[in-house]
Amino acid sequence: MRRKLITLLLSFVLTVPSYAMMMDNPLLYKVTVEELEKQFNDEKIVSWDGNIWIGYDINKIYLYSEGEKPEYGKTESEHQLVYSRAIAPFWDIQLGMGYDKNEDTEHSWGVIAISGLAPYFFETRAALLIGEDGNIGLRFDTEYEALITQKLIASPTLSTALYSKNTPELEIGERVSNLAIGVRLRYEITREFAPYIGAEWQKNFGKTKEYHPVDEVYLAAGVRIWF
Amino acid sequence: MKTDFKLSRRTFVKGVVATGILASGINPLHAATSSIQRKSTTELRGTEFHLDIVYTTVNITGVPAIAITVNHMLSAPTLRWQEGTEVTIHVTNHLKEDTSIHWHGIILPTDMDGVPGLSFDGIKPNETFTYRFKVQQSGTYWYHSHSGFQEQLGVYGAIVIDPKEPEPFDYDREYVINLSDWSDEKPQQVYRKLKLMGDYYNFKQRTVGDFLDEVKEKGFFSAFNDRKMWNEMAMTDRDLSDVTGYTYTYLMNGINPATHFKALFKNEEKIRLRFINSAAMTFFDVRIPGLKMRVVSADGNNVQPIEVDEFRIGVAETYDVIVEPETDTAYSIFAQSLDRSGYAVGSLTYDKNIAAVIPEMDPLPILSHADMGMAMNGMNHSEHGSMNHSDMDHSMMNHNMEEAPSSEKKPIPITPLEEKWGLHTTMKVEEPQYRMDDPGVGLRNNGRKVLTYADLKSLRSTKDDKYPDREIILHLTGNMERYMWSINGIKYADAAPLEFYYGERLRITYINNTMMNHPMHLHGMWSDLETGDDNFLLRKHTIIVQPGSKISFRVTVDAKGNWAYHCHLLYHMAGMFRKVVVA
Repeated sequence: MRRKLITLLLSFVLTVPSYAMMMDNPLLYKVTVEELEKQFNDEKIVSWDGNIWIGYDINKIYLYSEGEKPEYGKTESEHQLVYSRAIAPFWDIQLGMGYDKNEDTEHSWGVIAISGLAPYFFETRAALLIGEDGNIGLRFDTEYEALITQKLIASPTLSTALYSKNTPELEIGERVSNLAIGVRLRYEITREFAPYIGAEWQKNFGKTKEYHPVDEVYLAAGVRIWF
Repeated sequence: MKTDFKLSRRTFVKGVVATGILASGINPLHAATSSIQRKSTTELRGTEFHLDIVYTTVNITGVPAIAITVNHMLSAPTLRWQEGTEVTIHVTNHLKEDTSIHWHGIILPTDMDGVPGLSFDGIKPNETFTYRFKVQQSGTYWYHSHSGFQEQLGVYGAIVIDPKEPEPFDYDREYVINLSDWSDEKPQQVYRKLKLMGDYYNFKQRTVGDFLDEVKEKGFFSAFNDRKMWNEMAMTDRDLSDVTGYTYTYLMNGINPATHFKALFKNEEKIRLRFINSAAMTFFDVRIPGLKMRVVSADGNNVQPIEVDEFRIGVAETYDVIVEPETDTAYSIFAQSLDRSGYAVGSLTYDKNIAAVIPEMDPLPILSHADMGMAMNGMNHSEHGSMNHSDMDHSMMNHNMEEAPSSEKKPIPITPLEEKWGLHTTMKVEEPQYRMDDPGVGLRNNGRKVLTYADLKSLRSTKDDKYPDREIILHLTGNMERYMWSINGIKYADAAPLEFYYGERLRITYINNTMMNHPMHLHGMWSDLETGDDNFLLRKHTIIVQPGSKISFRVTVDAKGNWAYHCHLLYHMAGMFRKVVVA
């Protein structure tokens, strides 16, 4: 059944269109590494956050991936594979699966998300996750871009996560689990390649804080790439 | 030598390299490719023509690139026809892909129109297609490929048709001034980038500093409120051109600014300049500092002469002007892109060794609420479209609808068409206005006499033309964020053909629900534009629809068959397109 569903989704997205459509609506892809950075914090983390999509104007398949590797510690990562369909001028709805992994455990989620551009140019994504253990989570990210010059761009970000239950293996606690507010200042050498420096405040709350106490402000340096 | 090139360093370097290669005569791609070096554009006359569509090595930016050209010329050879003759044109495809030639603005049978899929099957590799039709008009026109993105790669040239009767104006010498845009990037790549990031090529966006300046000037709340509507709609007032000088080099007759096109005159001569905009995506604002230009023809059709300092030429439009240079003077023919990211330039000069001083580009145009289709209380309808930005910004409460003067007569029944507002439309204008006397964003109140459509009246009387039988309304729509373009919110691939009835007189009203100018081109039949006087409707083939505005024209449906009908911006065309069926 699940395989059938995936096949159906793929064929829906990747059906070869007519000639007229190929001109107007070609099959495209985009690889984005939103953040690839070294964080100057206690754990000396290297982290990444990016996505790949392939598809057409309206229908796309996205693979999201983010994670972090402390210098001495376990790598933690979150991935989502979703079918994404434009439902409003600026918004996509996304359906698919999530997969969280660290060295001790792995965890699957069903994912329903909305992603798009909110008024006032906030690039926003909110994902509802339904875990195999019945845990329900909401992960929310938003980003704004302020042009200092045409090439020097400050981009404040806010991300947070909420859960209905504790999942200690993943260091996830119920209610508001964590909050990160940061700003990154990048210089676009080209549109596609921009090194940046940034500062971020991260805090874990409640049970999450017990599993993994984090409350720190740190600097980061990295690079943003897309092609 | 009086030469004074004021070029950006990038253009300057490009030019030096290009000139260097020209001078040394070395073909850097000699061994690497079978394509032949470019030849300079010539004029072909007569009734029989042979056009070869070929790959050609060009060097426009300092880096060799492969263009697609006609007879190895960029621009393509100028075709000179005689009104009343029959022309035969053999077009041979030497490419690895299909090609076609469309005769832009020429009235001809549907199977000669050169649109693959509508008029014929296109020209396959190694095939020759012979076009044959009677030339029933005179003036300045152009031709270009209607296949894929070949137009961007160089397949465009001028058509000059000498009239049967003498012209109603005098001139001693004439030049074609063909404006275009060139990129070393492949057009598919440009299109992909636009789809991935609509503002990829826009390096004149709003900055935090712009906002702080406004805060200083008006206070925070006022500045914030001014931005409110734009921000809520996720739109920007700097969204002028999708593709800019970041990738484009602007050309005059195929020649870059550093190499500098020169048109020579002898003292005391009157010069006719035939301006053609063959660009893929660029609107040009054209002036010749120091000279008045007498506009005598628009889109090949003679108009009541009008003197101007400047005109905006939309993609695919043509204007003929007559200038009378003073003795021993060099003038700059200056065509800055609408978004001021570059210019095409040449000199009108009495000595081939003397180039004119190149003027500074104008400041960056900023879109106003009027360009979003808000009513404009403060719009001043005096002479050449004076619009006061500060007035406009406060006039949103005033819905003073201004009807086109020509629609005061008996009402015309409207045939409703399907519209879809949603995914494909990021904007719907509330109060679209006729803005015939608005010279357009960036040209308002610039101290020069700028041509507007309101200034243009046909030379021939249209008093006895049939009154429209019916009207259709076409909304020009788009989603800039996803880079999808459409008509009535429906893209070409999803749209039913438009049905025109043979013999009818149809009125078409465009409403532009986007922030960009769209040059709309109806094939096969003339578009008689309502510029203010029903007795002298302006006969055109391509009509600029300004952002947020509406505009109406009339069509005598006198040509049976399938016709293309589309926005002439190359990267808008695939979606903002309709098949018209005349039966």
